Amino acid sequence: MGLYDIMFFYLASVVVITALLAVSRANPVYAVVFLIPCFFHVAGLFVLLGAEFLAVIQILVPAGALMILYLFVVFLLNLSEIKGRRITHRQSLLAGIVAVLLVFLLVVLSMQSLFPGPFQELVEGIGIDNTAAVGGSLYTKFLFPFELASLVLLVVMFGAMVLARREEKE
Amino acid sequence: MITLSHYLVLSAILFVIGVTGVLMRRNVIIILLSIELMLTAVNLNFIAFSHYMKNPVGQVFVFFVMTVAAAEATLGLAIVVALFRNLETVNVDEINQMKG
Repeated sequence: MGLYDIMFFYLASVVVITALLAVSRANPVYAVVFLIPCFFHVAGLFVLLGAEFLAVIQILVPAGALMILYLFVVFLLNLSEIKGRRITHRQSLLAGIVAVLLVFLLVVLSMQSLFPGPFQELVEGIGIDNTAAVGGSLYTKFLFPFELASLVLLVVMFGAMVLARREEKE
Repeated sequence: MITLSHYLVLSAILFVIGVTGVLMRRNVIIILLSIELMLTAVNLNFIAFSHYMKNPVGQVFVFFVMTVAAAEATLGLAIVVALFRNLETVNVDEINQMKG
């Protein structure tokens, strides 16, 4: 068992455990805080897969900016009434059955050796470094979707401002 | 020896944790967090396949998925703030104004 395998199993177990803790906490502050190490370890998995650029983005955007945003909203809402109340929806029995079936189906499908062949030694496979490869295709082949993404962010910025604006009382 | 299947199984487990959170929880903020988890699982799948096929296009897709995830979280949280201001609750089973 090499270093790569040990790193993979460490990162994978931390990701699964923190994700489970995050969705099962009653207090949303704990849920958000547990998701931060989860996203950091996902970034570690991205490094193992040779995607260093996206690992940095994963730390900056989902683990950094988005979790701060969630924490601010949780603090803003002052959710003090959660104590003693049930935290699950009334459809949760059906949801649990669906989840178990889905995970069984997905794991069985993924375990089949549909994609054989070498995997681990491809780390240095692409030839040029990862950021250059991603940036190259982002600015040539995918230039139009890239510009469209900026438009999406602009629309979202105005949308969020309009939605969260306090109505003027006349 | 880690193969592609390991990453696929991990991503499947992460995705189902997200699905379970969306279906089982009442708090809308935790539902939004579960959607983030599901998108992360999809990103992991994209990057694993990108690595397997030696093709950086999968990583470009992850870039766009992250953009849309940031947009979705921002708008979702703005809706949650507006909703809390009007209804004083964030529980999805108490938000049934549009049931008709």
